[in-house]
Amino acid sequence: MSTTTPQKIKVATIWIDGCSGCHMSFLDIDERLIDLVQHIDLLYSPLVDMKEIPAELDLTLVEGAVSNEHDLERVVALRKASKFMIALGDCAVTGNVPSMRNPIGLKPCFDRAYQEMADIVVNDPADGDPGIPALLEMAKPVHEVVTVDLFVQGCPPPADAIFYVLSELIAGRVPDPTLLTRFGA
Amino acid sequence: MSTQPHIITLTIDGRELSATVDDSILTIARQHKIDIPTLCFLEGLSTWGACRLCLVEIEGTPKLLSACTTKCVENMVVKTDTERLKQHRKMIIELLFAERNHICSVCVSNGACELQSLAQECGVDHVSVPYRYPSLQLDSSHDLFRLDNNRCILCTRCVRVCDEIEGAHTWDVAGRGIDAHVLTDLNTLWGDSESCTSCGKCVQVCPTGALVQKGTAVAEMHKQREFLPYLTKMRRNHP
Ligand code: SF4
Ligand code: SF4
Ligand code: FES
Repeated sequence: MSTTTPQKIKVATIWIDGCSGCHMSFLDIDERLIDLVQHIDLLYSPLVDMKEIPAELDLTLVEGAVSNEHDLERVVALRKASKFMIALGDCAVTGNVPSMRNPIGLKPCFDRAYQEMADIVVNDPADGDPGIPALLEMAKPVHEVVTVDLFVQGCPPPADAIFYVLSELIAGRVPDPTLLTRFGA
Repeated sequence: MSTQPHIITLTIDGRELSATVDDSILTIARQHKIDIPTLCFLEGLSTWGACRLCLVEIEGTPKLLSACTTKCVENMVVKTDTERLKQHRKMIIELLFAERNHICSVCVSNGACELQSLAQECGVDHVSVPYRYPSLQLDSSHDLFRLDNNRCILCTRCVRVCDEIEGAHTWDVAGRGIDAHVLTDLNTLWGDSESCTSCGKCVQVCPTGALVQKGTAVAEMHKQREFLPYLTKMRRNHP
Protein backbone atom coordinates (compact mmCIF):
# COMPACT_ATOMS: atom_id res chain seq x y z
CA MET A 1 0.00 0.00 0.00
CA SER A 2 1.38 3.37 -0.94
CA THR A 3 1.76 5.87 1.89
CA THR A 4 2.42 8.97 -0.24
CA THR A 5 -0.54 11.23 -0.93
CA PRO A 6 -0.31 12.69 -4.44
CA GLN A 7 0.38 16.41 -4.54
CA LYS A 8 -2.69 18.40 -5.48
CA ILE A 9 -2.51 20.72 -8.49
CA LYS A 10 -2.82 24.39 -7.54
CA VAL A 11 -5.47 25.89 -9.80
CA ALA A 12 -6.89 29.36 -10.45
CA THR A 13 -9.79 30.36 -12.66
CA ILE A 14 -10.66 33.88 -13.70
CA TRP A 15 -13.73 35.44 -15.30
CA ILE A 16 -12.89 38.57 -17.28
CA ASP A 17 -14.88 39.83 -20.33
CA GLY A 18 -17.18 36.82 -20.72
CA CYS A 19 -20.70 35.92 -19.63
CA SER A 20 -19.69 33.34 -16.95
CA GLY A 21 -20.99 30.62 -19.26
CA CYS A 22 -17.60 28.87 -19.31
CA HIS A 23 -17.60 28.72 -15.50
CA MET A 24 -21.19 27.39 -15.63
CA SER A 25 -20.05 24.74 -18.10
CA PHE A 26 -17.18 23.86 -15.74
CA LEU A 27 -19.78 23.29 -12.98
CA ASP A 28 -21.80 21.19 -15.45
CA ILE A 29 -19.08 18.55 -15.09
CA ASP A 30 -21.49 17.54 -12.28
CA GLU A 31 -20.59 14.55 -10.09
CA ARG A 32 -17.26 14.13 -11.89
CA LEU A 33 -16.23 17.31 -10.01
CA ILE A 34 -15.88 15.09 -6.95
CA ASP A 35 -13.18 13.07 -8.76
CA LEU A 36 -11.47 16.24 -9.91
CA VAL A 37 -11.38 17.75 -6.44
CA GLN A 38 -9.21 14.82 -5.31
CA HIS A 39 -6.49 16.21 -7.59
CA ILE A 40 -7.13 19.95 -7.51
CA ASP A 41 -6.80 22.78 -5.00
CA LEU A 42 -8.88 25.69 -6.26
CA LEU A 43 -7.01 28.66 -4.81
CA TYR A 44 -8.35 31.64 -6.74
CA SER A 45 -11.63 31.80 -8.67
CA PRO A 46 -15.08 33.43 -8.76
CA LEU A 47 -16.10 30.16 -7.10
CA VAL A 48 -13.93 30.69 -3.99
CA ASP A 49 -13.49 33.72 -1.75
CA MET A 50 -9.88 34.72 -2.23
CA LYS A 51 -9.03 38.30 -3.16
CA GLU A 52 -5.28 38.07 -3.80
CA ILE A 53 -3.70 36.22 -6.69
CA PRO A 54 -1.55 33.40 -5.22
CA ALA A 55 2.19 33.60 -5.83
CA GLU A 56 2.52 30.09 -7.23
CA LEU A 57 0.03 28.18 -9.35
CA ASP A 58 0.23 25.11 -11.54
CA LEU A 59 -2.70 25.91 -13.77
CA THR A 60 -4.91 28.90 -14.61
CA LEU A 61 -8.09 28.80 -16.68
CA VAL A 62 -9.06 32.13 -18.22
CA GLU A 63 -12.65 32.80 -19.27
CA GLY A 64 -13.27 35.96 -21.29
CA ALA A 65 -11.53 38.42 -23.55
CA VAL A 66 -9.07 40.99 -22.20
CA SER A 67 -11.14 44.18 -22.43
CA ASN A 68 -10.10 46.60 -19.69
CA GLU A 69 -7.04 47.54 -17.67
CA HIS A 70 -8.10 45.45 -14.69
CA ASP A 71 -8.48 42.35 -16.92
CA LEU A 72 -5.04 42.97 -18.33
CA GLU A 73 -3.40 43.47 -14.94
CA ARG A 74 -4.85 40.26 -13.50
CA VAL A 75 -4.12 38.12 -16.57
CA VAL A 76 -0.50 39.29 -16.54
CA ALA A 77 -0.21 38.55 -12.78
CA LEU A 78 -1.77 35.11 -13.22
CA ARG A 79 0.55 34.34 -16.11
CA LYS A 80 3.55 35.19 -13.91
CA ALA A 81 2.26 32.92 -11.16
CA SER A 82 1.17 29.96 -13.32
CA LYS A 83 3.13 27.16 -14.90
CA PHE A 84 0.35 26.47 -17.42
CA MET A 85 -2.41 28.70 -18.77
CA ILE A 86 -5.58 27.66 -20.60
CA ALA A 87 -7.74 30.02 -22.66
CA LEU A 88 -11.18 28.62 -21.84
CA GLY A 89 -13.94 29.36 -24.34
CA ASP A 90 -14.27 31.48 -27.46
CA CYS A 91 -14.05 34.89 -25.74
CA ALA A 92 -10.63 33.96 -24.34
CA VAL A 93 -9.57 32.12 -27.52
CA THR A 94 -10.87 34.41 -30.31
CA GLY A 95 -12.26 37.55 -28.61
CA ASN A 96 -15.74 36.34 -29.66
CA VAL A 97 -18.71 38.57 -28.72
CA PRO A 98 -16.70 41.12 -26.67
CA SER A 99 -14.55 41.75 -29.77
CA MET A 100 -17.61 42.80 -31.79
CA ARG A 101 -16.96 46.34 -30.59
CA ASN A 102 -13.52 46.39 -32.22
CA PRO A 103 -14.56 47.21 -35.81
CA ILE A 104 -16.73 50.07 -34.48
CA GLY A 105 -13.99 51.64 -32.37
CA LEU A 106 -14.02 52.28 -28.62
CA LYS A 107 -15.20 55.90 -28.57
CA PRO A 108 -18.27 55.61 -30.83
CA CYS A 109 -19.20 52.38 -29.06
CA PHE A 110 -18.81 53.84 -25.57
CA ASP A 111 -20.67 57.06 -26.42
CA ARG A 112 -23.55 55.13 -27.94
CA ALA A 113 -23.97 52.76 -24.99
CA TYR A 114 -23.24 55.01 -22.01
CA GLN A 115 -24.20 58.46 -23.24
CA GLU A 116 -26.52 58.71 -26.25
CA MET A 117 -28.74 55.81 -25.15
CA ALA A 118 -28.27 56.14 -21.37
CA ASP A 119 -30.62 57.47 -18.70
CA ILE A 120 -27.70 57.85 -16.31
CA VAL A 121 -24.72 59.17 -18.21
CA VAL A 122 -21.36 57.65 -17.35
CA ASN A 123 -18.10 59.26 -18.37
CA ASP A 124 -15.35 57.28 -19.98
CA PRO A 125 -13.29 55.89 -17.03
CA ALA A 126 -10.19 56.89 -18.98
CA ASP A 127 -11.30 60.51 -18.34
CA GLY A 128 -11.09 59.96 -14.60
CA ASP A 129 -14.40 58.38 -13.53
CA PRO A 130 -13.43 56.72 -10.23
CA GLY A 131 -13.85 53.05 -9.47
CA ILE A 132 -14.30 51.65 -12.97
CA PRO A 133 -11.33 50.33 -14.91
CA ALA A 134 -10.67 52.01 -18.27
CA LEU A 135 -11.58 49.98 -21.33
CA LEU A 136 -8.81 48.97 -23.71
CA GLU A 137 -9.04 50.23 -27.29
CA MET A 138 -9.67 46.64 -28.43
CA ALA A 139 -11.07 43.58 -26.67
CA LYS A 140 -8.35 40.97 -27.25
CA PRO A 141 -8.01 37.22 -27.13
CA VAL A 142 -5.81 36.22 -24.19
CA HIS A 143 -2.89 35.00 -26.33
CA GLU A 144 -2.49 38.50 -27.78
CA VAL A 145 -1.39 39.75 -24.35
CA VAL A 146 0.27 36.75 -22.64
CA THR A 147 1.49 33.30 -23.68
CA VAL A 148 -1.26 30.69 -23.65
CA ASP A 149 -0.42 26.99 -23.43
CA LEU A 150 -3.74 25.43 -24.44
CA PHE A 151 -6.87 26.65 -26.22
CA VAL A 152 -10.32 25.23 -25.47
CA GLN A 153 -12.84 26.48 -28.06
CA GLY A 154 -16.59 26.76 -27.63
CA CYS A 155 -19.25 29.20 -26.48
CA PRO A 156 -19.20 27.71 -23.93
CA PRO A 157 -16.96 24.64 -24.29
CA PRO A 158 -19.07 21.59 -23.48
CA ALA A 159 -18.62 20.21 -19.93
CA ASP A 160 -17.26 16.97 -21.42
CA ALA A 161 -14.51 18.89 -23.21
CA ILE A 162 -13.52 20.70 -20.01
CA PHE A 163 -13.51 17.45 -18.04
CA TYR A 164 -11.45 15.72 -20.73
CA VAL A 165 -8.89 18.54 -20.81
CA LEU A 166 -8.49 18.64 -17.03
CA SER A 167 -8.30 14.90 -16.55
CA GLU A 168 -5.73 14.53 -19.35
CA LEU A 169 -3.58 17.25 -17.80
CA ILE A 170 -3.87 15.62 -14.36
CA ALA A 171 -2.76 12.33 -15.94
CA GLY A 172 0.28 14.14 -17.39
CA ARG A 173 -0.88 14.00 -21.01
CA VAL A 174 -1.41 16.84 -23.49
CA PRO A 175 -5.07 16.95 -24.57
CA ASP A 176 -6.32 17.98 -28.01
CA PRO A 177 -9.53 19.95 -27.35
CA THR A 178 -10.43 20.11 -31.09
CA LEU A 179 -11.44 16.46 -30.76
CA LEU A 180 -14.41 17.51 -28.62
CA THR A 181 -15.15 21.14 -29.35
CA ARG A 182 -14.86 23.89 -31.99
CA PHE A 183 -15.30 27.64 -32.44
CA GLY A 184 -18.95 28.47 -31.68
CA ALA A 185 -19.72 25.04 -30.16
CA MET B 1 -14.36 4.29 -84.13
CA SER B 2 -14.44 5.71 -80.61
CA THR B 3 -11.23 7.05 -79.12
CA GLN B 4 -10.32 5.40 -75.82
CA PRO B 5 -9.40 7.82 -73.05
CA HIS B 6 -5.69 7.60 -72.36
CA ILE B 7 -5.34 5.78 -69.02
CA ILE B 8 -2.34 6.60 -66.87
CA THR B 9 -1.11 5.50 -63.45
CA LEU B 10 -0.16 7.76 -60.57
CA THR B 11 0.54 7.33 -56.86
CA ILE B 12 -1.41 9.21 -54.20
CA ASP B 13 -0.33 8.69 -50.58
CA GLY B 14 1.40 5.46 -51.53
CA ARG B 15 -1.56 4.01 -53.45
CA GLU B 16 -1.26 3.26 -57.16
CA LEU B 17 -4.33 4.64 -58.92
CA SER B 18 -5.48 4.96 -62.52
CA ALA B 19 -6.79 8.13 -64.06
CA THR B 20 -7.17 9.86 -67.39
CA VAL B 21 -5.08 12.90 -68.26
CA ASP B 22 -8.26 15.00 -68.00
CA ASP B 23 -8.81 14.13 -64.34
CA SER B 24 -7.63 16.46 -61.60
CA ILE B 25 -5.72 15.07 -58.63
CA LEU B 26 -8.70 16.04 -56.46
CA THR B 27 -11.17 14.04 -58.57
CA ILE B 28 -9.08 10.87 -58.37
CA ALA B 29 -8.33 11.33 -54.66
CA ARG B 30 -12.05 11.75 -53.88
CA GLN B 31 -12.95 8.73 -56.00
CA HIS B 32 -10.72 6.70 -53.71
CA LYS B 33 -11.87 8.32 -50.44
CA ILE B 34 -8.61 10.17 -49.94
CA ASP B 35 -9.68 13.31 -48.13
CA ILE B 36 -8.23 16.61 -49.34
CA PRO B 37 -9.81 19.70 -47.71
CA THR B 38 -11.33 22.25 -50.14
CA LEU B 39 -13.24 25.52 -49.88
CA CYS B 40 -13.55 27.25 -53.24
CA PHE B 41 -14.07 23.99 -55.15
CA LEU B 42 -17.64 22.79 -55.60
CA GLU B 43 -18.58 19.87 -57.82
CA GLY B 44 -20.75 21.19 -60.65
CA LEU B 45 -19.11 24.62 -60.87
CA SER B 46 -16.02 25.61 -62.84
CA THR B 47 -12.72 25.22 -60.98
CA TRP B 48 -11.33 28.40 -59.50
CA GLY B 49 -8.22 27.36 -57.56
CA ALA B 50 -8.13 30.36 -55.26
CA CYS B 51 -8.42 29.19 -51.65
CA ARG B 52 -5.25 27.01 -51.77
CA LEU B 53 -6.63 24.69 -49.11
CA CYS B 54 -6.28 21.68 -51.42
CA LEU B 55 -2.50 22.09 -51.82
CA VAL B 56 -0.58 18.83 -52.29
CA GLU B 57 3.08 17.86 -52.62
CA ILE B 58 4.26 16.39 -55.91
CA GLU B 59 7.60 14.58 -56.05
CA GLY B 60 10.16 16.47 -58.10
CA THR B 61 8.28 19.79 -57.83
CA PRO B 62 9.44 22.24 -55.16
CA LYS B 63 6.17 24.19 -55.32
CA LEU B 64 2.97 23.04 -53.67
CA LEU B 65 0.17 22.65 -56.23
CA SER B 66 -3.61 22.84 -55.83
CA ALA B 67 -5.22 19.42 -56.28
CA CYS B 68 -8.40 20.90 -57.78
CA THR B 69 -6.60 22.54 -60.72
CA THR B 70 -3.68 20.14 -61.32
CA LYS B 71 -4.26 17.35 -63.83
CA CYS B 72 -2.94 13.84 -63.34
CA VAL B 73 0.28 12.94 -65.16
CA GLU B 74 1.80 9.49 -65.82
CA ASN B 75 3.94 8.28 -62.87
CA MET B 76 3.15 11.36 -60.78
CA VAL B 77 3.78 10.80 -57.05
CA VAL B 78 1.41 12.86 -54.89
CA LYS B 79 1.32 13.33 -51.13
CA THR B 80 -1.78 14.89 -49.57
CA ASP B 81 -1.17 14.67 -45.84
CA THR B 82 2.38 15.69 -44.89
CA GLU B 83 3.28 17.79 -41.85
CA ARG B 84 4.20 20.68 -44.16
CA LEU B 85 0.78 20.59 -45.85
CA LYS B 86 -1.00 20.43 -42.49
CA GLN B 87 0.85 23.55 -41.34
CA HIS B 88 0.00 25.39 -44.58
CA ARG B 89 -3.68 24.48 -44.32
CA LYS B 90 -3.82 25.64 -40.72
CA MET B 91 -2.22 28.94 -41.66
CA ILE B 92 -4.66 29.49 -44.55
CA ILE B 93 -7.64 28.92 -42.26
CA GLU B 94 -6.19 31.19 -39.58
CA LEU B 95 -5.69 33.95 -42.14
CA LEU B 96 -9.29 33.59 -43.32
CA PHE B 97 -10.52 34.03 -39.74
CA ALA B 98 -8.22 36.99 -39.09
CA GLU B 99 -9.13 38.75 -42.34
CA ARG B 100 -12.77 39.52 -41.53
CA ASN B 101 -15.11 39.30 -38.52
CA HIS B 102 -16.15 35.71 -37.88
CA ILE B 103 -18.00 35.36 -34.60
CA CYS B 104 -19.21 31.75 -34.85
CA SER B 105 -21.21 31.77 -31.61
CA VAL B 106 -23.66 34.38 -32.93
CA CYS B 107 -23.55 33.44 -36.63
CA VAL B 108 -26.64 32.15 -38.42
CA SER B 109 -24.43 29.46 -39.98
CA ASN B 110 -23.01 28.24 -36.66
CA GLY B 111 -22.86 24.44 -36.83
CA ALA B 112 -23.37 24.31 -40.61
CA CYS B 113 -20.38 26.27 -41.87
CA GLU B 114 -17.58 24.82 -43.99
CA LEU B 115 -14.94 27.22 -42.65
CA GLN B 116 -15.85 26.39 -39.07
CA SER B 117 -15.83 22.63 -39.58
CA LEU B 118 -12.59 22.73 -41.58
CA ALA B 119 -10.97 24.65 -38.73
CA GLN B 120 -11.92 21.83 -36.39
CA GLU B 121 -10.85 19.07 -38.82
CA CYS B 122 -7.49 20.72 -39.46
CA GLY B 123 -6.86 21.27 -35.74
CA VAL B 124 -6.97 25.09 -35.80
CA ASP B 125 -7.25 25.74 -32.06
CA HIS B 126 -6.64 29.51 -32.21
CA VAL B 127 -5.65 32.22 -34.68
CA SER B 128 -1.98 33.04 -34.23
CA VAL B 129 -1.94 36.20 -36.36
CA PRO B 130 -3.61 39.38 -35.05
CA TYR B 131 -7.25 39.87 -36.11
CA ARG B 132 -7.83 42.80 -38.47
CA TYR B 133 -11.36 43.79 -37.34
CA PRO B 134 -12.29 45.56 -40.61
CA SER B 135 -15.43 47.66 -40.70
CA LEU B 136 -17.63 45.98 -43.32
CA GLN B 137 -21.13 46.44 -44.70
CA LEU B 138 -24.21 44.26 -44.64
CA ASP B 139 -26.64 44.33 -47.56
CA SER B 140 -30.17 43.52 -46.37
CA SER B 141 -31.94 45.22 -49.26
CA HIS B 142 -33.09 41.99 -50.94
CA ASP B 143 -36.53 40.76 -49.84
CA LEU B 144 -35.39 37.21 -49.17
CA PHE B 145 -31.63 37.18 -48.68
CA ARG B 146 -28.80 39.00 -46.94
CA LEU B 147 -25.11 39.51 -47.67
CA ASP B 148 -22.85 39.85 -44.64
CA ASN B 149 -19.38 40.79 -45.84
CA ASN B 150 -18.00 40.07 -42.37
CA ARG B 151 -18.29 36.33 -43.10
CA CYS B 152 -17.24 36.25 -46.78
CA ILE B 153 -14.07 34.31 -47.63
CA LEU B 154 -14.09 35.31 -51.34
CA CYS B 155 -14.39 31.76 -52.62
CA THR B 156 -16.47 33.08 -55.59
CA ARG B 157 -18.89 30.15 -55.48
CA CYS B 158 -21.76 32.69 -55.60
CA VAL B 159 -20.25 34.40 -58.65
CA ARG B 160 -19.82 31.09 -60.47
CA VAL B 161 -23.19 29.53 -59.65
CA CYS B 162 -25.05 32.69 -60.64
CA ASP B 163 -23.18 32.97 -63.94
CA GLU B 164 -22.79 29.29 -64.89
CA ILE B 165 -25.97 27.68 -63.57
CA GLU B 166 -28.56 30.44 -63.23
CA GLY B 167 -27.18 32.46 -66.17
CA ALA B 168 -27.89 35.77 -64.44
CA HIS B 169 -24.33 36.92 -63.57
CA THR B 170 -25.49 39.18 -60.77
CA TRP B 171 -22.33 38.70 -58.67
CA ASP B 172 -18.79 39.84 -59.30
CA VAL B 173 -15.64 40.54 -57.33
CA ALA B 174 -14.42 44.15 -57.12
CA GLY B 175 -11.30 45.66 -55.58
CA ARG B 176 -7.83 44.21 -55.18
CA GLY B 177 -6.00 42.33 -52.45
CA ILE B 178 -7.35 43.01 -49.00
CA ASP B 179 -9.99 45.37 -50.46
CA ALA B 180 -11.53 42.69 -52.69
CA HIS B 181 -15.25 42.11 -52.08
CA VAL B 182 -18.28 40.67 -53.82
CA LEU B 183 -20.91 42.97 -55.30
CA THR B 184 -24.20 42.80 -57.18
CA ASP B 185 -24.75 44.27 -60.66
CA LEU B 186 -22.69 47.41 -61.12
CA ASN B 187 -22.34 48.01 -57.40
CA THR B 188 -26.04 48.56 -56.78
CA LEU B 189 -27.84 47.25 -53.72
CA TRP B 190 -28.85 43.62 -54.11
CA GLY B 191 -32.51 44.57 -53.68
CA ASP B 192 -32.24 46.97 -56.65
CA SER B 193 -30.48 44.45 -58.89
CA GLU B 194 -32.10 44.04 -62.30
CA SER B 195 -30.29 40.80 -63.13
CA CYS B 196 -31.03 38.85 -59.90
CA THR B 197 -33.85 36.32 -60.38
CA SER B 198 -34.12 35.62 -56.61
CA CYS B 199 -33.38 31.93 -57.25
CA GLY B 200 -31.29 31.65 -54.06
CA LYS B 201 -28.58 29.47 -55.62
CA CYS B 202 -25.80 31.77 -54.39
CA VAL B 203 -27.12 31.51 -50.85
CA GLN B 204 -27.18 27.73 -50.98
CA VAL B 205 -23.62 27.31 -52.31
CA CYS B 206 -21.99 29.90 -50.03
CA PRO B 207 -19.84 27.89 -47.60
CA THR B 208 -20.21 30.33 -44.70
CA GLY B 209 -22.71 32.71 -43.16
CA ALA B 210 -21.96 35.40 -45.75
CA LEU B 211 -25.02 34.72 -47.92
CA VAL B 212 -28.07 33.70 -45.93
CA GLN B 213 -31.81 33.57 -45.98
CA LYS B 214 -33.48 36.38 -44.05
CA GLY B 215 -35.37 35.44 -40.92
CA THR B 216 -32.80 32.91 -39.74
CA ALA B 217 -31.49 33.25 -36.20
CA VAL B 218 -28.22 31.93 -34.76
CA ALA B 219 -27.38 28.43 -36.09
CA GLU B 220 -30.60 28.22 -38.13
CA MET B 221 -29.11 28.58 -41.62
CA HIS B 222 -28.67 25.18 -43.23
CA LYS B 223 -27.73 25.21 -46.89
CA GLN B 224 -29.40 22.99 -49.47
CA ARG B 225 -27.01 21.91 -52.19
CA GLU B 226 -28.89 18.98 -53.75
CA PHE B 227 -29.81 21.00 -56.86
CA LEU B 228 -26.21 21.24 -57.97
CA PRO B 229 -25.32 17.53 -58.40
CA TYR B 230 -28.80 17.06 -59.91
CA LEU B 231 -28.34 19.79 -62.53
CA THR B 232 -24.80 18.61 -63.26
CA LYS B 233 -26.00 15.07 -63.88
CA MET B 234 -28.83 16.21 -66.15
CA ARG B 235 -26.46 18.35 -68.19
CA ARG B 236 -24.03 15.49 -68.57
CA ASN B 237 -26.82 13.26 -69.87
CA HIS B 238 -28.02 15.88 -72.37
CA PRO B 239 -25.04 17.86 -73.50
S1 SF4 C 1 -19.26 32.08 -41.30
FE1 SF4 C 1 -18.62 30.19 -40.29
S2 SF4 C 1 -16.57 30.65 -39.51
FE2 SF4 C 1 -17.57 32.56 -39.95
S3 SF4 C 1 -18.57 33.19 -38.05
FE3 SF4 C 1 -20.08 32.05 -39.22
S4 SF4 C 1 -19.91 29.96 -38.45
FE4 SF4 C 1 -18.03 31.03 -37.85
S1 SF4 D 1 -20.47 35.49 -50.43
FE1 SF4 D 1 -20.16 33.31 -49.86
S2 SF4 D 1 -20.07 32.25 -51.85
FE2 SF4 D 1 -19.76 34.39 -52.28
S3 SF4 D 1 -17.53 34.66 -52.28
FE3 SF4 D 1 -18.26 35.16 -50.19
S4 SF4 D 1 -18.06 33.25 -49.05
FE4 SF4 D 1 -17.95 32.72 -51.23
S1 FES E 1 -10.26 23.95 -53.45
FE1 FES E 1 -8.46 23.93 -54.64
S2 FES E 1 -7.78 25.97 -54.48
FE2 FES E 1 -9.70 26.02 -53.38
